[in-house]
Amino acid sequence: MKKRWICLYVENEIGVLARISGLFSSKSYNIDSLTVGTTEDETISRMTISVTSDDKTFEQIKKQLNRSVEVIKVVDYTDIPIHMKELLFIKINNCSESDKLEIFRIAAVFKVQITDYDKYNVLLECLQSEKQNDDLISLFKKCFGSRLEIVRGGSVAIEAISITNR
Amino acid sequence: MEIKGSELFVKALLEENVDILFAYPGGQAIDLFDALYDQEKIEVVLPRHEQALVHAADGYARSTGKVGVCLVTSGPGATNLVTGIATANYDSVPLVCFTGQVPTNLIGNDAFQEVDIVGITRSISKYAVTVRNREDLGAIIKKAFFIARTGKPGVVVVDLPKDIQRAYGSDEYQGEINIRGYKPNTGVHLGQIKKALDVLGKAQKPVFLVGGGVNISHANKEMKQLAELTNVPVITTIMGKGAIPTDHPLYVGNIGIHGNYAANTAISQCDVLFSIGTRFNDRITGKVTEFAKNAVIIHVDIDSASISRNIMVDIPIVADAKIAIKALLEKATALNNQAWVDQITAWKKSYPLSMNYQGMTPQIIIEKINKLFKNSIVVTDVGQNQLWTTQFLELDENRQMLTSGGLGTMGYGFPAAIGAKMGNPDKDVIAICGDGGVQMNIQELATAVVYEIPLILCILNNGYLGNVRQWQEMFFNKRYSSTCLRYRKRCSKDCQNPDKCCPEYTPDFIKLAESYGAKAIRVEQVCDIEYAFMEAKANTFTPTIIEFIISPEANVLPIVPAGNSLSEMIMED
Repeated sequence: MKKRWICLYVENEIGVLARISGLFSSKSYNIDSLTVGTTEDETISRMTISVTSDDKTFEQIKKQLNRSVEVIKVVDYTDIPIHMKELLFIKINNCSESDKLEIFRIAAVFKVQITDYDKYNVLLECLQSEKQNDDLISLFKKCFGSRLEIVRGGSVAIEAISITNR
Repeated sequence: MEIKGSELFVKALLEENVDILFAYPGGQAIDLFDALYDQEKIEVVLPRHEQALVHAADGYARSTGKVGVCLVTSGPGATNLVTGIATANYDSVPLVCFTGQVPTNLIGNDAFQEVDIVGITRSISKYAVTVRNREDLGAIIKKAFFIARTGKPGVVVVDLPKDIQRAYGSDEYQGEINIRGYKPNTGVHLGQIKKALDVLGKAQKPVFLVGGGVNISHANKEMKQLAELTNVPVITTIMGKGAIPTDHPLYVGNIGIHGNYAANTAISQCDVLFSIGTRFNDRITGKVTEFAKNAVIIHVDIDSASISRNIMVDIPIVADAKIAIKALLEKATALNNQAWVDQITAWKKSYPLSMNYQGMTPQIIIEKINKLFKNSIVVTDVGQNQLWTTQFLELDENRQMLTSGGLGTMGYGFPAAIGAKMGNPDKDVIAICGDGGVQMNIQELATAVVYEIPLILCILNNGYLGNVRQWQEMFFNKRYSSTCLRYRKRCSKDCQNPDKCCPEYTPDFIKLAESYGAKAIRVEQVCDIEYAFMEAKANTFTPTIIEFIISPEANVLPIVPAGNSLSEMIMED
């Protein structure tokens, strides 16, 4: 089992998202994350999909996607150089003054932004890799337990130009 | 010129050379039916149920190679198509199904007779789409026919809201279409062909395993040439039967859980398995880890997603069967494998398929069909009737078999036979059904009578849902749970012994057929079989029902029990 990434170019039409997600669910493949938005050509949408699967299942997924009439192109991002970012918001409620100091310190060390706060609440905006966001969430869970509100957007990715590492 | 959507719909069907439209009207399709009223070229056929309608279109498409076309209304009209869509799509049958829909401004409002048929059929069709703008109508219909008939054929659903049907717009129906996400494969990788032939050339014990893909691409002639040129025995799946004539010396038989001994044994022992147009369904592989265990596996399929899905393949070739076989023919050479061919022939002789109990066996009935109907289409229902037919029916270029192989839909046989006869009026069309399945679409007797369709409907009546009963007998201690069709309220719940004292069968198929205006014959003895068929043949204006009273507990053998490998067959009761 391994984490995989696919970039999909699809028709920007009603029902296409349902077709793609239905294809995953009807074959019992679980989607880890899926993002979708229009591209420079407004008739085409681009999806970034992540799944955890073995090699054989992943080959099947790619072939099944390729077979769909609405899918224009499938690109496997698993092992090629790409830029990938995920947006994560973390809101910490009921903060004491010392909590706030700690949060500001974490933000400085991990280079994420505090975009909003008041006397008792702080909001962080984190734009980084999914893995970095995972790590940050587990750190905040350790420090602030049940006072967290978390929302994350799923990753978007694009092929790299000059860089060669992932 | 500006014309209504419904008029463009009719124009499109004419341009696509549709000669028969299987159609059932309703509120949201009434404009389309009105537009059809004035034209003469398309015969509009009204079956008695939408499920039978789509099976009829399926039978028409399978037997003619043309696209079958359906038209129904929204809501229940559309949902009644669902089983037939799945049946056809599973067996790669080209259909275009038009469904009426509520006007676009009401979609999503839970309007009367509104269902999201595109959503419902998404996972059982090749493509499904709602027309949302009048200006897209022509292009979408063009696209629908193109997608249905090309590549791996399948079902396309086109949902037509009522306001689109009524709206005026361009009368243009374009000649060609380019779909950026859909490029059917029309070539073959010659490097892979060469690789495959190198492996085949060195084989000691090679076999061809041929599936429905060869029949769909009409590569029967080429397949026969390839077998003869290489001297490699041919084994088929149920869907592939008829790929080469069944009386050909190199033909071994069907494999699978009801395959014959020689075929299942040859697959288990071969060293090269050259498969063409099959997806290695679980009904043919048995236990997958034991399937063709020692063989190098070559797999030709038009659908790359079918390759290495159930069985890992050593040499994949993504191509249409006919194109691949033609490429193979150019380079293939004869093998030195006569000992292997002789071995398989010996197995065939030692373990022939046969039903050797007393009385009127399905084997005797089907062998009569082999003898009496040379130029024919035989359509099966699903269950024991189907399995016996796939075992005993002889096929060649003049006799074709249609069967619901993938989905296994009871109720398919009779309406599909109606569609097949409509597409092939000069051929004898014989449906072989059980007494269970035939009742799932028995109302089509009316369709066959009113359209004067002289097909022959054979009902093999054993008073049971026989295939499940057989499993209950063999694997569930003869606990006949819900499989006896003679059962009445007064019967004991744990009856295991059908006998003469059992309640009368209902319905009386003879009276039922006669009430519809069909001819009906009941056959209870072997000596009456041929006479009944001759009577049926002579009846050229109405359908003839022949009810064969067969042994209640006849079984389909051999059988590979679930989870076993193909070499572990139960050969006798």
